[in-house]
Amino acid sequence: MSIPNNLKYTKSHEWVRLEDDGIVTVGITPHAQELLGDMVFVETPDIGRKLDQGEECAVVESVKAAADVYAPISGEVTAANPDLETAPEKINQDAYAAWLFKLRPVNVADLNNLLDAAGYQKLLESEED
Amino acid sequence: MLIFEHSRPGRRNYSQSPATAAETGNIPQNLLRKRPPLLPEVSEMDAVRHYTRLSQKNFSIDTQFYPLGSCTMKYNPRACNSLAMLPPFLARHPRAPESTGQGFLACMYELQEILKDVTGMAGVSLTPMAGAQGELIGIAMIRAYHESRGDAARTEIIVPDAAHGTNPATAVMCGYKVVEISTDKEGDVDMEALKAAVGPQTAGLMLTNPSTLGVFEKNVAEMSRVVHQAGGLLYYDGANLNAILGKVKPGDMGFDVIHINLHKTFSTPHGGGGPGSAPVGVGKRLLPFMPVPVVAFEKGAYRWLAEKDIPQSIGRLSAHMGNAGVLLRAYVYVRLLGEEGMHRVAEFATLNANYLMAELSKAGFEIAYPTRRASHEFIVTLKDLKEKTGVTAMNVAKRLLDKGYHAPTTYFPLLVPECLLIEPAETESKETLDAFVASMKEILEEAHTQPEMVKGAPHTTPVRRLDDVKAARELDLVWKQT
Repeated sequence: MSIPNNLKYTKSHEWVRLEDDGIVTVGITPHAQELLGDMVFVETPDIGRKLDQGEECAVVESVKAAADVYAPISGEVTAANPDLETAPEKINQDAYAAWLFKLRPVNVADLNNLLDAAGYQKLLESEED
Repeated sequence: MLIFEHSRPGRRNYSQSPATAAETGNIPQNLLRKRPPLLPEVSEMDAVRHYTRLSQKNFSIDTQFYPLGSCTMKYNPRACNSLAMLPPFLARHPRAPESTGQGFLACMYELQEILKDVTGMAGVSLTPMAGAQGELIGIAMIRAYHESRGDAARTEIIVPDAAHGTNPATAVMCGYKVVEISTDKEGDVDMEALKAAVGPQTAGLMLTNPSTLGVFEKNVAEMSRVVHQAGGLLYYDGANLNAILGKVKPGDMGFDVIHINLHKTFSTPHGGGGPGSAPVGVGKRLLPFMPVPVVAFEKGAYRWLAEKDIPQSIGRLSAHMGNAGVLLRAYVYVRLLGEEGMHRVAEFATLNANYLMAELSKAGFEIAYPTRRASHEFIVTLKDLKEKTGVTAMNVAKRLLDKGYHAPTTYFPLLVPECLLIEPAETESKETLDAFVASMKEILEEAHTQPEMVKGAPHTTPVRRLDDVKAARELDLVWKQT
């Protein structure tokens, strides 16, 4: 499984990408989609919603389970991926391309508290035990 | 094939016996329907054959072992059904005067008393009409208790991460914020996490014990002390009551409120969408808030207690008094068992589970919590098998169908990867359990020698593997005439 260096990660298996315009894009990692299996439903947060770090803000539902997605950092929702409503399987096909929502961060520096690629790799290894 | 597809215009179930048209009497013309309803038009024989064939295709506890146990399909003694169907019970009107329903009220009163005794609670209300409603009402009573004391600061309900998903859902429905706490390596609630989570904001803790991991929470007394000391109350989810029936009382463990899924433990229908029933038991602190009606026995007669008798009651949950027919089945069951029988249910449910766990372990299956004694159920994890052979828990479950067994619960609890949650229940014989172990052993060998065959299972059932992903994505439940 590839863990790109240009992304940040959370312990709850979200990936986060800082865009050039200061907005961050959030999705779930390939590891998370593999654990969940075939996606059947995705619920994304409303645009304009203000999120605190760690707040439940989206739901991904597979044939096995429904899982909450948490806000990786505090911020305001600026966009939600419209494709996932009709094609939740896109997360299974390419979890890094199938982003869930975008946030305007309260403080971009909060990203520094997240895991980098090496840290996330370590987390996955520790969960293997 | 659906019954609608057997339909032929004009075919009637009375085709061989001349019948007169139904009398519409003096119903006004404008209220009579112009066209017959769109019901399937079949003969009686067609209908009998159709439904008999469907029942033959179905897995059922009447023909096969269900290792889903009390979770889903515990065997219900036939007597419970036949006695609850006695004509006077069926003919009883829910609004008939109490004086003409004393026999029925006596059954309900005794059921309340027996459930109080077996759970160690101070009061029981039979009125919740399903497990979800029982849970909702339990937490609503906790809320009413805190509000009655003017304690508005309590906004959080603590739920272990191993809990059934209904627990956090219930807390949210009652307006609470859910605080999730983790599980330790032994399968118990992490006590440090609990201690860190409680405080003046804690309204209560929801706990299933034995837990969904199939182990008895060793620290339940300490948990109870910690939560009570912080001013919170304890809610007992009765999902796994079968394991401790008559042996340990939730009231003695310190719980303030409990809901009991009658279908899980007390021989009432399940798996067909109901009707459900989930009596709630309460400790002394919550007695004033019980939902009405509740049956009382006063001056030699039974009567319903209503709002005027329990003025702080959180109210009514149904037009009458819950699902009477379901409660009667539970009543017959608890009277059939008696105290001794209840002990035997718990003893044999746990004995069967521990025997099966030991035998499957010997057969090469990995037990998720090997150091713990099973309650009435236990978890096998197939993580290693998947890594070595590609065969998943779902594949093993499907292959079990070929061997004549219903599949156990798969992929729950979520904490254990590639898991099967196995619960034999108290009614299965050693021969059945041994045959199940032999089949599981065969599947384990097949996973190594013919993994593709196992991945393609089931092979012998009336329908092969269903496309549950497509079914979930494109839900289509309505038949349309073409």
